[in-house]
Amino acid sequence: MDDATYLLHRLGTSIIVLLGVSVVTYGLLFLTPGDPAEVILTQQLDRQPSASEVESFRATHGMDDPVPVQYVSWVTDVLRGDLGTSYYSDTAVSTLIVDALPLTIELAVASLLVALAIAIPTGVLSAVHRGSAIDYASQLGALVGVSMPNFWLGYLLILVFALTLGSLPVAGAGSYGQLVLPAITLGTGMAAVLTRLIRSSMLEVLDEAYVDTARSKGLRERIVLYKHALRNALVPVVTILGVQLGSLLNGAVVVEIVFQRPGLGMLLVDAVFERNYPVVQGITLVTAGIFVGTNVLVDLSYRYLDPRVELGGETV
Amino acid sequence: MSGVLGSVGTAVRRRYRALRTSRKVAAFCANPLNVVGLALVVAIAVAAAVGPFIAPYDPTTQQLTNRLQHPSLAHPLGTDQLGRDVLSRLLHGARLSLGIAVAVTGIRLTLGTTIGLLAGYAGGWTDEFLMRLVDVQLAFPGLVLALVIAGILGPSLRNVMLALALVGWASYARLVRGTVLATKERNFVRAARLLNVSRFRIATRHLLPTVAGPVVVLATLNMGTVILGTAGLSFIGLGAQPPTAEWGTMLSDGRHHLRSAWWIANVPGVAIMLTVLGFTLLGDGLRDVLDPKRDATIEKLS
Repeated sequence: MDDATYLLHRLGTSIIVLLGVSVVTYGLLFLTPGDPAEVILTQQLDRQPSASEVESFRATHGMDDPVPVQYVSWVTDVLRGDLGTSYYSDTAVSTLIVDALPLTIELAVASLLVALAIAIPTGVLSAVHRGSAIDYASQLGALVGVSMPNFWLGYLLILVFALTLGSLPVAGAGSYGQLVLPAITLGTGMAAVLTRLIRSSMLEVLDEAYVDTARSKGLRERIVLYKHALRNALVPVVTILGVQLGSLLNGAVVVEIVFQRPGLGMLLVDAVFERNYPVVQGITLVTAGIFVGTNVLVDLSYRYLDPRVELGGETV
Repeated sequence: MSGVLGSVGTAVRRRYRALRTSRKVAAFCANPLNVVGLALVVAIAVAAAVGPFIAPYDPTTQQLTNRLQHPSLAHPLGTDQLGRDVLSRLLHGARLSLGIAVAVTGIRLTLGTTIGLLAGYAGGWTDEFLMRLVDVQLAFPGLVLALVIAGILGPSLRNVMLALALVGWASYARLVRGTVLATKERNFVRAARLLNVSRFRIATRHLLPTVAGPVVVLATLNMGTVILGTAGLSFIGLGAQPPTAEWGTMLSDGRHHLRSAWWIANVPGVAIMLTVLGFTLLGDGLRDVLDPKRDATIEKLS
């Protein structure tokens, strides 16, 4: 498949997937135990709503129409960039998301940097000393990080760094200091996956002839490792960044609550508990959209990083 | 005559299988991390099996005069904010937490394997439709979708399990479909088809065994993810409701007392960590010996 055909094919399937995503997202509303309008109103008013209140709520939110009609009008609005209005604050859902998204992206990027800062030296060290105590210790250490529930790790970090040492701000968002602990919390989990990947791809690369060539030229070992071997070993890392974004988004929900960062995850949790469905649907849709979009980009960029890759071959 | 040859054949085959099994066991044990993983999982399973019988106290009885007691001989792991014995809650929780993980993984595995087998073997439009379904499921970050599903259904342990099961089957479907596609054109399957073996029998007797290895590996690795997912949703407030002794809930309740009574949160925290670590190490070890692609390497090594 050439580039253009592949791009078209990939975009086509992504559109089908996003359509399915929108059906699921809209359908979530109907998982509500009982009549959605009544349940939402009970939540909002904190008492049993009267029949006329339910009636008028249904009318204002178009819930009297048949479900397919409701869905189509929702999707049409979404395509125009209108994700609806929050039940509580009368703010447009898109405004809420645009305000919260930068905080979540900032956290995701910082966590990725923390993960790489841990994973690159550990992975290289592990590969170079394969089968030694260093290798086992670093593999085990990386796994311990991913095995800890991240809210627990977050609270432990708060306890040690912020309360005991008094050096870092604990909660909120805005300054870089407030980003440190959340990024470490979220990055540690991801570091484990990256460490193993870098270890195994380093092991492969170290067997290659060009590494021997570099060594026989008399280059220093550190230059051979970090300049010649690591650069190639990092290519597979790019391929899993797309999938890893999913686990970052998952983790961000919990970490934002621990550190009281008003990002997308915190907005989502609040909306879920308030049964603020337009916000829940908006965030679910946007998150899935970002995830799908990133994976397309990752697929495409992989081709440029490693020209040997034949795209579209993975369909079988 | 043919009887004698047949029994010799069976004996040789049995000997060959025994040899292969022992080589796999040896390959598994060669990596100390695999052995650590197996030991951890066995320990947790034993705790889940006998825990409720050896727990010194009732896990939900509150003794308010006995709140926040340091670990002592009477309470080896201390007491919590309501005066409940932490060790007893931990032992009872082992069964519940492991049970949740087994149930969720079991549903994911069954659903995913059935869909993958159907898609891979039927092909055509069935395959196309089912795989788009898989794509849609994988388009959501799992825990985000599980959070929304569990939240809309309402906070309860049952709903958390349902939500986690619904968001995790797709990777099994993709794995099984891939393996089935690779297997169904192999000669033994073709031969079965020529011998007029029914499609159902081919799927269950010939294709299913080839996917067993990779599926077991994925399920083992999945156990850890499910335990962490349950803990995360409990923390958000969607999981087991008090006074249930479930590890995630215990951990998230104890976080308010981290400074004054570190054991309330850290005891279930360490238990979760060791369980997840055990399943991950065991899963990795099993992958090394069960993944057919690595079989050749195993033969070469031994």
